[in-house]
Order: sequence, then C-alpha cells, then structure tokens
Amino acid sequence: MRSFSYQRASDPQAALQALAVTAAATTPLTDASTQPLAGGTTLIDLMKLDVMRPERLVDINPLAANWAQINLDGAHLKLGALAHMSHVAGHAEVQQNYPVIADSLKLAASPQLRNMATLGGNVLQRTRCSYFRDVSYPECNKRNPGSGCAAMDGFNRMHAVLGTSDQCIATYPGDFAQALIALDATIEITGKSGPRTLSFAEFHKAPGDTPAIETVLAPGELISGFTINGRWPRSVYVKVRDRQSYEFALASAAVALDLQDGVINDARLALGGVATVPWRAREAEAFLKGQKLDDTLAEHAADAAFADARGRQHNAFKIALGKRVVAHALKKAVAMEI
Amino acid sequence: MSDKINSPRSGFDRRAFLTGAAGTAVAIPLTARAANELPQAAVAQDPAAPVQVTLRINGESRTLALDARTTVLDALREHAGLTGSKKGCDHGQCGACTVLLDGQRVVSCLTLALAAEGREITTIEGLAAGGKLHPMQQAFIDQDAFQCGYCTPGQIMSAIACVREGHADSDDNIREYMSGNICRCAAYPNIVAAVKQAAPEILKG
Repeated sequence: MRSFSYQRASDPQAALQALAVTAAATTPLTDASTQPLAGGTTLIDLMKLDVMRPERLVDINPLAANWAQINLDGAHLKLGALAHMSHVAGHAEVQQNYPVIADSLKLAASPQLRNMATLGGNVLQRTRCSYFRDVSYPECNKRNPGSGCAAMDGFNRMHAVLGTSDQCIATYPGDFAQALIALDATIEITGKSGPRTLSFAEFHKAPGDTPAIETVLAPGELISGFTINGRWPRSVYVKVRDRQSYEFALASAAVALDLQDGVINDARLALGGVATVPWRAREAEAFLKGQKLDDTLAEHAADAAFADARGRQHNAFKIALGKRVVAHALKKAVAMEI
Repeated sequence: MSDKINSPRSGFDRRAFLTGAAGTAVAIPLTARAANELPQAAVAQDPAAPVQVTLRINGESRTLALDARTTVLDALREHAGLTGSKKGCDHGQCGACTVLLDGQRVVSCLTLALAAEGREITTIEGLAAGGKLHPMQQAFIDQDAFQCGYCTPGQIMSAIACVREGHADSDDNIREYMSGNICRCAAYPNIVAAVKQAAPEILKG
C-alpha cells in the first residue's frame, strides 16, 4: 500500500473542510487525493490492491454521533449514512416494515463486514470486476480511462447484461441499493454549501463513455442519509449466488408490492447482480399493475425486465437466471402473510 | 526441521522464536520515532513518519509507533507480539483475522490501527482467564473443530460474537452467521457442534 496521512474529523464541518482540499479537482470522485474513511471495507481493500491511491484519509466515523440514526417516524424511514449494515439489518421495525431493506443487508457480505461497513459506503462500493481489481491488466476504462476493457472478451461470467456500454460491462455489486431504488428512496448529500437531496435513482451513473464516473457525488461531498417514504411490509429481496452465503449475487431481485384483494395496486422491482448500476425495472412494473399475479403474468413481467439485456460469451446465462429470480421474488412477495 | 528443535527440552520453540522476533520488530519503529520527535499534527504532514498511538488490547493499554498504513492485524502481530490473530487473505474475505472491537466482531486486516484508537480490542489471547480456557476454546477442542488450526482463532472470535448476537439458535443460523470464516480443512460440521456446545454457557454469562 502507498503511504497516506490519516486525519480524524470530529464533526461534519471539519470533515468537509478536510475533504475540500481536493474538492476543486476535475478528477472523478474515486480518484480524489483525499478520501473519506468510514467502514473501510472497500477503500482499504482497494488501496492494498493499488487500485485506489489516496494521499490523505479523513476518518469520518466520529460523525456517527449524528449520522447513524434509524428513525421510523410515521410513514418515513430515515437512515443515517454511518449506520452499520448489521445494525439496520437487525432492527425490528425495519425487518417488520421494510423486509426488503433488512434482507438486502442481511444477505450481503459477512457478519464481520456488516459490523464495519456503513450504509453510505455500501452504496459507493465498487465493482468486483476482476480486471478492475487487478492492476496487472492495463486495460480497464474504469480504472484507467481510454485503456480499453479486458472483460469485454475476457472471462466475463460475473459481468452485467443490463446498462452496459461498449466501454464497460462491470457489475454493480451491492444489494441494499436495489432496495433503495425500488422504494423510491431519496439520498441526502452534505457539501460545503449545505445539504442537498435527490432521488436515489439519479445517484448512480451508467458507464456510458465515462465508466470512471460512478455516481453524482462530487469530491468534497459526503452522503449523510437516506429517506424512504411509506411502509412496505410486503417486500422481499431474493438473491441467487454461486454459494448460499457470503457471496455476491449472480442475479437478485428487490420486490415491493401493494396488494388489495389479490390485485396489485403498486409494484416495485429492482434487479441486482445483472446490471452496471442499481437497476429499476419499470417496464416490468407496468405489466403488473392492476393485475392478479399468476405464473403467466410473472413470466411476462420477468421477460419485460430483461427485454434489453445483452449477454456476452460467459454471462448470457444471467438472462434466464435473472428472469426466474424475478418470477420467484414476485410470487414470494404475493404469498407473504402480513 | 527435526522434532528435536520443536521439543521443549531444546529450550527453543517456534512460538517463542516468533514472539521474540516480533518483540525485536517493535524496537525499529520506536527508534524511528525517537529520531523524529515531532508533535502529532506535524507527523500527519509526513505520511512516512510513524504516529504514536495507544491501543487498548485485551484490557491493557499499549503505546505503539505505527505507520498510518498499519492495520489492527499488523499492529497486533508485528508490533504488539500477539500472533494469535492470523493473516489469511489480508483482504477481508477469509475471516482468519477476526477480533472483537468494542465487543463486535470485525476483520482486523481492513481496520486501520489509527482508527481503532480508544476502542477495546479483544483477541484470542484475551479469552482464557485464570488458566481456564474460554468455553468456546474448550468446545473447539472437545468437538475436534479444527484440523490445521490456522483459521481457528478467527473462528473462535467469530463464534463468540455469533452466540452473543443471538444467532446461534439453530444449525442453519450458525452456518449462515459463521459464513464469514473460511475453513480450508472443512471442519464445518464440527465447528457448528462446538458453537452449539459453548452457546448455553456463554449466554448464561
């Protein structure tokens, strides 16, 4: 690992000041020379791999005093960015009212990592593309813009089939973000000029021609929290992996339904493990609204979700698998007793 | 290596050698620090200079001079002479380095030592009390829950946390909540048995 200096920020103001050193830089956030340190489970890992090379780390963990709340207030759930994954996954009210959130967190990483990793860091976690993580491959448009993509015709079994570009097919690896995007969450970002709020759906950027730019978060800004409106007790997160535990998704689905006498009033569907960014499947949702779920409808919705999917040599199986995961998750959500 | 070298009669064993070597290593950064008597704020300007940090390890305060890059795992093994926590992958994937931080299990290979200042670190060396093994240590022996033993310190630290979290209530839950600790010898069935054996005693307090 390259050397860096370490600084602990006692409050948001101090953190923003320390991060502002690189705030003017035009480089992508992930290349900024000063990086915030929360759980460190992605950052320290990528620094050891020499993929990320910050010169200064600003430890923002002391900010947890104000930024780690789990607050279910009426019909709003507010989650602080520094709340730990394990804390939120084990929270009784979250489990009861937002099972899709609790399960997306519980089914991710390991118990140790969930004790360390924060919600803010979780949505910023970077792809597990092996060519991105291995600096001995010069070709990676995300790590080294303009250098090409070794995954395109390489070993791409784990790669994305949705939201890809001719520059990058790296999969967004997280789970929690699928729950957030399905539930129309908003994200609060705090910067020098105060906090701003935007739809979580606008947070991640598909690779397009600039795979190095992964989110709209600018250098010098911090995620401070998330808000979910309404309660979604009929919601599930289904995750299919190469092994049953402690693995990234091959395909996953976050489903939230509002049912009345078996008729779907509202449907939310997001896909993980198959796309370059947290993926909302709105075309599939449109199929479901006003209908009663049966095998045919579940199949049609799943087909719609993957209508634009494009497989490559090793990952085309994800299209068939992803459709089955969607159909299974829909049936599971309908069958829930709430 | 002959058996003789490892026998107690030779007055030399691998553990004593490693501990001694680690003890020597401590002196190097301390000397470097002595030659660089800078206040902490100035040290932060020079990322290469070691920083003086006091860690709470198994109930004792240890003041160490550490490069900012030092993880808790390396601080324990290379600077504090505590080689019980093991380095497997060094990337948070295998769980061999698991320790408790303020009672919560974490992977020490991805935790910076400087960020652990002021927090209580518990390692495998901190479990036995008054010459008596911790119930989880005893259970691992009773149930033959290891073969080579390299992952065992991490398994035991993780298992204690698993029980305290309330996740040792079924075989399935034990498997799920112990999934962050990889055992290449595949002693998994016996590990589950060990967790089940120790759980009631740990929960009894």
